[in-house]
Amino acid sequence: MAELKTDDYKYGFSYPERSVFKTRKGLDEEIIRQISAHKDEPEWMLEFRLKSLEAFRRQSVPEWGVDLSGINFEDIYYYIKPTEDQTRSWEDVPDDIKETFDRIGIPEAERKFLAGVGAQYDSEVVYHNLKDHLEEQGVIFCDPETAVREHGDIVREHFGTVIPYGDNKFASLNSAVWSGGSFVYVPKGVHVDIPLQAYFRINSKNFGQFERTLIIAEEGSFVHYIEGCTAPTFSTDSLHSAVVEIIAKKDARVRYSTIQNWSDNVYNLVTKRAHAYEGATVEWVDGNLGSKKTMKYPSVFLLGERAHGEILSIAFAGKGQEQDTGGKIIHAADNTSSVITSKSISKDGGSSAYRGLIKTKPGVQNVRSAVVCDALILDEKSHSHTYPYMEISTDDASIEHEARVSRISESQLFYLMSRGLSEEEASMMIVNGFIDPLVKQLPMEYAVELNRLIELEMEGSVG
Amino acid sequence: MNTLEIRNLKAEIEDKAILKGINLTLRSGEVHALMGPNGSGKSTLANVLMGHPEYRVTGGEVFLNGENLLEMDIPERAVAGLFLAFQYPVEIPGVTVGKFLKRSLEALRPDEKLNLTSYIKELREGMEFLEMDQNFINRNLNEGFSGGEKKRMEILQMLMMKPLFSIMDETDSGLDMDALKIVSKGINALRGDSFGGLIITHYQRILDYVKPDHVHIMYDGEIVTSGGMDLIEDLESKGYDWVNETAREAVHG
Ligand SMILES: Nc1ncnc2c1ncn2[C@@H]1O[C@H](COP(=O)(O)OP(=O)(O)O)[C@@H](O)[C@H]1O
Ligand SMILES: [Mg+2]
Repeated sequence: MAELKTDDYKYGFSYPERSVFKTRKGLDEEIIRQISAHKDEPEWMLEFRLKSLEAFRRQSVPEWGVDLSGINFEDIYYYIKPTEDQTRSWEDVPDDIKETFDRIGIPEAERKFLAGVGAQYDSEVVYHNLKDHLEEQGVIFCDPETAVREHGDIVREHFGTVIPYGDNKFASLNSAVWSGGSFVYVPKGVHVDIPLQAYFRINSKNFGQFERTLIIAEEGSFVHYIEGCTAPTFSTDSLHSAVVEIIAKKDARVRYSTIQNWSDNVYNLVTKRAHAYEGATVEWVDGNLGSKKTMKYPSVFLLGERAHGEILSIAFAGKGQEQDTGGKIIHAADNTSSVITSKSISKDGGSSAYRGLIKTKPGVQNVRSAVVCDALILDEKSHSHTYPYMEISTDDASIEHEARVSRISESQLFYLMSRGLSEEEASMMIVNGFIDPLVKQLPMEYAVELNRLIELEMEGSVG
Repeated sequence: MNTLEIRNLKAEIEDKAILKGINLTLRSGEVHALMGPNGSGKSTLANVLMGHPEYRVTGGEVFLNGENLLEMDIPERAVAGLFLAFQYPVEIPGVTVGKFLKRSLEALRPDEKLNLTSYIKELREGMEFLEMDQNFINRNLNEGFSGGEKKRMEILQMLMMKPLFSIMDETDSGLDMDALKIVSKGINALRGDSFGGLIITHYQRILDYVKPDHVHIMYDGEIVTSGGMDLIEDLESKGYDWVNETAREAVHG
């Protein structure tokens, strides 16, 4: 049968590099000190960065998962500051940056369905806004630099506690050179009724983006945070290595959604982890459509009784792409429950893997977990793998695991085509049907966006 | 009047010749029955007419109202008015009946804007007529359907799509008496001046409800004999081998 057309990447444009300050290529103590000085940081943060650099140097690049030998850490700019100041007014954002975000659709989205927006361009957040009524209730939504300056005590108490600086090589790298990201604080009992969104854009070549996000949800609060990311298509590779820490206190609920649509020259190596205390719920919704190689396994540590963790992962691996994704749940308390649902699609030689871990603390009681992973392979050249790990050290656990790999069959295509659909449309319908159970669980606007992106990947039409 | 003309059609699969020169002309207003033992090539004929890529046409021609059918791709054949009710309808997870049928009707009539209200009304009426539960609209196409439900779904699609010619491949197999009557009612509803049908079957049963105008017997990739309802009676009492032999004797004498 005929091949599906490959995609055109809608966000592959770039503007001339702009910077008011930029470190030289490569990574050493001097560069770390420069970054820290530029941010006018307290001593404790500089120390945190320096010990992280040591930890980064001590560790080697992981040898499991995807092949990362193509990354040359010396050939990367670790910090590019695009503007002097951050603004709360869209009007004050410089024209080229404003146009970039206009083309991606950020201001429109803010008007339509967001409670607050942050926009990061290379290393710094250039725009930040939060609806007044949330600010009045004590919600904090800002970049972490501002948080370090203005809410130093809360930040210092939590920063690096969920993902320690030495956790893994890329978390250490982020801890050493982090710049930008989000800080979210939701006070006790406050429900942020519509989502907050941060948008991450790489504009410069040979650049590494290392944003850092910390979300603290106090007792009984709720917040939904959305992250989006794109980059220009350059012939050389870029590196994106974020760290996201979530702390959901008693009975709080945090939902973190990502639709990652990096261009296909980006290494996307992200560490995301949440601590869920008594009665708390943390949900990761993780859509990986873009990038060259992604390694990302959002995790939830269920630390208090009745805590619940949920991971929905959707991956689309097209030509030249490797999506190594999944999730981890650690049941460290009684009566905790978790669900992992993973759907991956591989096409045009792309490769996707589900890698997951369910672990219990010895002797915990009444633990329930269900893992379902489905893979759809669209052609003979493409691949899918499943690596489910279980470390269950209690007798009182109910753990279900289901994995299915399917291919679009010729008979499905024939059937739909005999009803008048073109081959492309028939494939699209099968793919949409495949991800439908997951998409149904997304908020409306988000489901629409995801469907649109997957359609772009499938059809290659430029929107 | 519409015609579907099959002339000396030959086809193979995996280098094995299956169809060895089929001649058959369907006209609107007619229903033909095609019978024959397992493996004689009936489904192959149906699939080749619809354009299944696994089969290779090695000779002959097919014209739908004078247009060369074999040069069209699969959806073009559907748009031209050909329908195949599958012997084994496939499951399409995550795609609801309602959504699928809507897209299909839009694809079949690209020049018309589908009116959503009348579409839903027609769909509901069709389901009622075929005694299907209305909640099938929101079920995934053929997923978890029983054998009988799948066959009814094929007939429902046929009623909605209103093809010029429909090939029904063993639509009666595996149906109980009630379901057989319902499916037959569906086929009869479409019968008329602008519809032609080819019913592929092993059994006389369905032909008691949908009386064919012509009956053809297929044996080893060829139509060995054609006639009316009386042929079916011979077949029931004496079997395919007898029919085949007498037919060959008549030809080779
Ligand atoms: N996909 C296939 N691969 C190989 N042989 C096939 C395939 N489909 C059908 N055949 C062969 O073609 C012949 C005719 O099959 P078919 O058309 O299904 O017969 P019928 O529908 O009359 O029972 C049989 O010998 C069958 O084994
Ligand atoms: Mg058959």
